[in-house]
Amino acid sequence: MLARLATQRLLEIRQAFRQIPQTSRSLSTALNYHLDSPDNNPDLPWEFTDANKAKVKEIISHYPSNYKQSAVIPLLDLAQQQHGGWLPVSAMNAVAKVIEVAPIRVYEVATFYSMFNRSKVGKYHLLVCGTTPCMIRGSREIEDALLKHLGVKRNEVTKDGMFSVGEMECMGCCVNAPMITVADYSNGSEGYTYNYYEDATPERVVEIVELLRRGEKPPRGTQNPKRINCGPEGGNTTLFGEPKAPPCRDLDAC
Amino acid sequence: MGLGLLASRALRSSRIFTSPVSRNAIVRTIVSTPELQNPEASAAAQSPPEDLPIRTPVAGARVEFTNPDDAIEVFVDGYPVKIPKGMTVLQACELAGVDIPRFCYHSRLSIAGNCRMCLVEVEKSPKPVASCAMPALPGMKIKTDTPIAKKAREGVMEFLLMNHPLDCPICDQGGECDLQDQSMAFGSDRGRFTEMKRSVVDKNLGPLVKTVMTRCIQCTRCVRFATEVAGVQDLGMLGRGSGEEIGTYVEKLMTSELSGNVIDICPVGALTSKPFAFKARNWELKGTESIDVTDAVGSNIRIDSRGPEVMRILPRLNEDINEEWISDKTRFFYDGLKRQRLNDPMIRGADGRFKAVSWRDALAVVAEVIHQVKPEEIVGVAGQLSDAESMMALKDFLNKMGSNNIWCEGNGMHPNADLRSGYLLNNGISGLEKADVFLLVGTQPRVEAAMVNARIRKTVRETHAKVGYIGPPTDFNYDYQHLGTGPQTLTEIAEGRHPFYSALSNAKNPVIIVGAGIFERNDKDAIFSVVETIAKKGNIIRPDWNGLNVLLLNAAQAASLDLGLVPESEHSIESAKFVYLMGADDVSLEKVPSDAFVVYQGHHGDQSVYRANVILPAAAFTEKEGTYVNAEGCAQQTLPAVPTVGDARDDWKIIRALSEVAGVRLPYDTLGAIRNRIRTVAPNLLHMDERQPATFSALLKPESGNKTSSTPFGTAVENFYMTNSITRASKIMAQCTAMLLKK
Repeated sequence: MLARLATQRLLEIRQAFRQIPQTSRSLSTALNYHLDSPDNNPDLPWEFTDANKAKVKEIISHYPSNYKQSAVIPLLDLAQQQHGGWLPVSAMNAVAKVIEVAPIRVYEVATFYSMFNRSKVGKYHLLVCGTTPCMIRGSREIEDALLKHLGVKRNEVTKDGMFSVGEMECMGCCVNAPMITVADYSNGSEGYTYNYYEDATPERVVEIVELLRRGEKPPRGTQNPKRINCGPEGGNTTLFGEPKAPPCRDLDAC
Repeated sequence: MGLGLLASRALRSSRIFTSPVSRNAIVRTIVSTPELQNPEASAAAQSPPEDLPIRTPVAGARVEFTNPDDAIEVFVDGYPVKIPKGMTVLQACELAGVDIPRFCYHSRLSIAGNCRMCLVEVEKSPKPVASCAMPALPGMKIKTDTPIAKKAREGVMEFLLMNHPLDCPICDQGGECDLQDQSMAFGSDRGRFTEMKRSVVDKNLGPLVKTVMTRCIQCTRCVRFATEVAGVQDLGMLGRGSGEEIGTYVEKLMTSELSGNVIDICPVGALTSKPFAFKARNWELKGTESIDVTDAVGSNIRIDSRGPEVMRILPRLNEDINEEWISDKTRFFYDGLKRQRLNDPMIRGADGRFKAVSWRDALAVVAEVIHQVKPEEIVGVAGQLSDAESMMALKDFLNKMGSNNIWCEGNGMHPNADLRSGYLLNNGISGLEKADVFLLVGTQPRVEAAMVNARIRKTVRETHAKVGYIGPPTDFNYDYQHLGTGPQTLTEIAEGRHPFYSALSNAKNPVIIVGAGIFERNDKDAIFSVVETIAKKGNIIRPDWNGLNVLLLNAAQAASLDLGLVPESEHSIESAKFVYLMGADDVSLEKVPSDAFVVYQGHHGDQSVYRANVILPAAAFTEKEGTYVNAEGCAQQTLPAVPTVGDARDDWKIIRALSEVAGVRLPYDTLGAIRNRIRTVAPNLLHMDERQPATFSALLKPESGNKTSSTPFGTAVENFYMTNSITRASKIMAQCTAMLLKK
């Protein structure tokens, strides 16, 4: 009896290990350590543009002069916009220099946040929300459609350097799930936009990609023509009159 | 954390909970509101129950009340302890004699609070609290062995073991691993996780630290050590969630001179010693408490040996000298003890080759030659690793032969042996922590005495003390002002023309540290008199504060000056006919006449052996009992950890035997007798492990009439990793030199 139980348990364990290992669903675009490559190594010069230098000054002025390091996240964001959507190690070093900390302190921050891309992304970085509400409403299909249409894997850049697809966590658009975000790095930090495309369908996201490829700007927000922003399809179904005032709690009764 | 202690506590606590009629049961009720407790129980909790045994603080934890009003009382398992305000719950528990399991907490590092192993139950707190980060509040009732605390720790342990590889059999930390020990008390014998364990790429931190990053439990002790103590911000915590890992992000070696300490503070086997990898298990090793001789700090070390071989060197706790760190040189130079050793007495034949002979023959030859030369042509030089006993014997022997030209290398030709304050670190190493301004004159403490530098860094970090430095450009791991490169700047400060003068004179506890590299300069006396002028003007020497310090370079220097090893004439070596080198390898032998007879007594075939006529093999510091005085004037002893190599003998015994062959028998046959002799010369050398401060200040010295030269100060230590004959024979030190030194 005991032997049979043991065999059964062993089989179960074997079964668990026999499963095809899940492909890593890493949110980050790169490893947690840096490998030198021709377009990403500490010897490459990197500097903020003159226009951005003024912005850097402005950002740092928000913080007390002895807490310059507080500016690390906005500065990394600015550097990322300037550098076409990703942060080479020399850009992080430049940020470290500006805020006067050891480079490792900047690397720590940049590796922590998945919004900082440490490997190349496309001019249009498409981020598919993969959190539960969007997933239930079909974000996996949207991602598959995008990947199939562009012929890339996740976090890979298309050959023309135009697009890349990544996954992100909830952006708070659950009411219009599923949604994708398009980070537009085609015009540097001045023309940088970060737009949501909600109520997406596999067909619509492919259309959006094609519009972007032609240089057009598809209207952001819900892609369902029958909805206005977060409103229900076909207009309001409730809350027609003035809302009633909330009943006051009788505090003395508590 | 002792495994036995934990296990016994686990047993004890389980006994309490299994027996329902435990006498402590009332005290240990888990009720959040005190009103609900019956009055007897709360009264019982106020005073220590009679049956509780008196507990001794863990690991000698002490408490100092700077202000008695700040004392608060907390109860640890019903046992009241008085602690100063601001202490954490964990520290209070330690004082009460309860060892709290922990991984991330380290008393010398900042608090991270991220391992959660130190969870304890606090009355009225809804959840277990992390004791390392929780400040103790008055009247807090801390419970460390309740089911809640135990369950919380068991949960934490299960999570820690989730991604930890179970490779203890091939792990070098096995047997001295915190995780292993604590999992014996809080771990389960089976896991509930069926997922794959994560794996992490190993990092290359250089030739000293081996990394197996998969074993890492992200306690961040190494990151905090590198940032706070070592002062090299290379390590960091990268990534997030289950992908979190310790690393440098870019390929970078750990170039700190204290990097070996991360091996000790790592609670698991993620960072282990590369030279010691797979060499031995820690339970096979015999520990010998000894003293480091690679620099003048005299760090307290434990020599772990197996049979005749030194396997590794670990630090010992000494709050006044090295705290619990040691430098990489101290930790890793031991492999030099196995190479290039001299194991037989040898005589250089007519063909220029050495021939091994018996002790009798070798001593006879030396005794014969020493009688053939004039007494003033005899010169003795003690090496930088010599112990006080052998230097005493050498001095006595050569004095009996009529010569008084004996000195210790590194002291220069005019050592100031009259006033002890003229060559000691008068503040003491721990005393440097009280300083608020440092002036470093011609010294690079980072390479000359890494532990003193760590102390200065600690002070600078804690109190933002100002550091001014005069000397060649060099690396510091704290903020400093480079004031100049030569004695000119010093003169400017003395005359009050330099901006740093005001900083120095306005300081409460100013410290001047003069490097011993200056001893070799011709204008040494003039420089010292300028420094003394600064000390006088800046009120640096007061009855309660002697801030004028000298930082010595070598382990033997302080003892040699205490014993009065001062050469009689300056140019003795140029007219020498008989040179007795006792382990002296850094003395320049080019000036020795070619017809001089050179005897080398030492343990390593290093630079001086090329010139020697006779070699007398001696014991290294790991093989003998010897007294060393460190830079602050604290006499300490080495103890033999391993047997001597081949036919080698203790240094003083060789000289004692030689004196007999030469017909001038020295009157001591035992170490005790030779120490009695030392008592008549320098009694301070017999007060072991006790700092003997200098009695008279250096200001008593008459001012020197000499002028300072304009030559800039030099660097005393060119290569941190190779400063003496043992380190020069070490392969690990050679690797460090090749990989870590900045070109």
